[in-house]
Amino acid sequence: MAPSGEHRHYWRTNLRYLAILLTIWFAVSFGCGILFVDQLNHYRIGGAKLGFWFAQQGSIYVFVVLIFVYVYLMNRLDARYGVGE
Amino acid sequence: MDVKTWTYLIVGATFLLYIVIAVWARAGSTKEFYVAGGGVHPIANGMATAADWMSAASFISMAGIISFAGYDGAVYLMGWTGGYVLLALLLAPYLRKFGKFTVPDFIGDRYYSNVARTVAVICAIVVSFTYVAGQMRGVGLVFSRFLEVEINTGVYIGTVVVFFYAIMGGMKGITYTQVAQYCVLIFAYMVPAIFISLQMTDNIIPQLGFLAEVNDGSGMALLDKLDLLHQELGFAEYTDGSKSTIDVFAITLALMAGTAGLPHVIVRFFTVPRVKDARISAGWALLFIAILYTTAPAIAAFARTNLITTISERPYEELPPWFAKWEETALVAWMDKNGDGKLQYAPGPPFVGAVEQQRAGGGAQVQGNSGEALLLNVPTDNSNEVYIDRDIMVLANPEIAGLPAWIIALVAAGGLAAALSTAAGLLLVISTAVSRDLMRKQIKPNMSEKEELWWARGGAAAAVLVAAYFGVNPPGFVAATVALAFGLAAASFFPAIVLGIFDKRMNREGAVAGMVVGILLMFGYMAVYRLGWFVDTVPPESEWWFGISPEGFGSVAMVVNLVVALIVSRFTGTPPEDVQEMVERIRIPSGAGEASVH
Repeated sequence: MAPSGEHRHYWRTNLRYLAILLTIWFAVSFGCGILFVDQLNHYRIGGAKLGFWFAQQGSIYVFVVLIFVYVYLMNRLDARYGVGE
Repeated sequence: MDVKTWTYLIVGATFLLYIVIAVWARAGSTKEFYVAGGGVHPIANGMATAADWMSAASFISMAGIISFAGYDGAVYLMGWTGGYVLLALLLAPYLRKFGKFTVPDFIGDRYYSNVARTVAVICAIVVSFTYVAGQMRGVGLVFSRFLEVEINTGVYIGTVVVFFYAIMGGMKGITYTQVAQYCVLIFAYMVPAIFISLQMTDNIIPQLGFLAEVNDGSGMALLDKLDLLHQELGFAEYTDGSKSTIDVFAITLALMAGTAGLPHVIVRFFTVPRVKDARISAGWALLFIAILYTTAPAIAAFARTNLITTISERPYEELPPWFAKWEETALVAWMDKNGDGKLQYAPGPPFVGAVEQQRAGGGAQVQGNSGEALLLNVPTDNSNEVYIDRDIMVLANPEIAGLPAWIIALVAAGGLAAALSTAAGLLLVISTAVSRDLMRKQIKPNMSEKEELWWARGGAAAAVLVAAYFGVNPPGFVAATVALAFGLAAASFFPAIVLGIFDKRMNREGAVAGMVVGILLMFGYMAVYRLGWFVDTVPPESEWWFGISPEGFGSVAMVVNLVVALIVSRFTGTPPEDVQEMVERIRIPSGAGEASVH
């Protein structure tokens, strides 16, 4: 079964969403929390250094939001291509 | 009522609840036993996944580890939550669409090979056993500390309870008990955290108290005060790490990929009705996990500040009663090296080896000049006099903060819920691996469903007994093996499954070569650099490859697996037509209902 044009489009869009969301995933955890933690520590959020906060709190909040955004995007995409259940 | 009565009451009530649920939700078919009939509501599955995932280590040890590691503790916080993003985006929906019951099922079918299936079965069993031994031990520890029974008696009690509901209920029974266990454990974790946050910062939400000023009149932010205390005592700043950046990076990545590749977590997403539900249920799971994981660093900072201000430079006679109480269990110890009767707390181990208390003829503690338990250990030549076990940060936190007895009892029930729920999930993976992936798929393909169900129950029973044995006789290399479990999952399952979904060209040869190389590399590195096998002594940190510790090496092994798999697959044949069709099918959500009918 060769994928139909419709399905190929659906899959491409899915991959694009993944690329965007995973870039954010990488940026908040490995970026803000690890690689650039020292630079961000010059700024503060409440009583904490920003880099430290990203490593121990902020990245986790973003992770949760990312999954719910993904669910929203994919449900919309499923509906658009009529591949939902 | 005293703590012990409260503990019996609360722990007894929760155990009764789990057993009632297990009887109500017992499994009648293999599908109910393996995947709870595939009809679990996404929110319920989210809670069950959270309880399944958060083990005795998350509940009891994590806040303590962060408390002592400061910034470096972030590897666990990010590693054990970020993996869910990978799981939700790269694995869960597609595996749900695939619609079978186990991870080896997917590997075996996608790579049309019983060799691949067997490699996956062995990995699933090794990873799960490694993990489950620690849980049974955790049950024993909680029992021994709160109810003053032998650790081994605690392991036996836990074994009987898990035996009962995992074997009877299968995945269906486990799912609904896990929902109850999540409620118990999160309540038990949050109540003391909220009390302590109120006490120290007047803020009811621990996550905000973490960022607030302490209410001791100094007007300083909590974390600044902690940094200052650390500085005064000669520790590295709390908000600054001591691990190298590359190692923090590698450990975090290995834990993330390992989390996404752990079979007992993945299998939870086979239990929901639709692909859509698998996606959202990963979101709920992470939300429920994040409640605990964002509270843990707050508890860590509160507890650390409380601890230092309570004990540092304080005469032994003036210490609050919890110190002497936990001294009995050898979780704290004090050696008055300079004979001034006060506790000096500083970096470095206070003495050589594990705490060894002096015992008189009748087994009673021998007390020193100030009333402390005297030790047999050889002192070190640094100025530190205090030993504190990291587990105490959660277990004794309510006492350190002077909270009421029922809250202390609640912590015991929460720790048990965390350990039991994880143990049950792991045991199910082992039993399924035996009954389905080995017996039905390879040895006895035409047995009846009833017979398969008996194999599954038998497998679970055998697994519980083996787990109990490891709980009573813990292997000496437990700490190394837990890291190994994550490393193995990252180095084997994660790349194999992701490639199976996203690379249609990936074939049997590539996947098997990748997994085998990944696993061997991981085992080899762990064996040499952590356990010191094949060499005279464990090599020092300076000899680590790229400066990466064995805990973080899973990420290197994962990359090697990916590269090997891609190269080998491009030089060998394309996968058969029907496998390519299967890959097309799992990429599209519609029709998951049909796919799960056998």
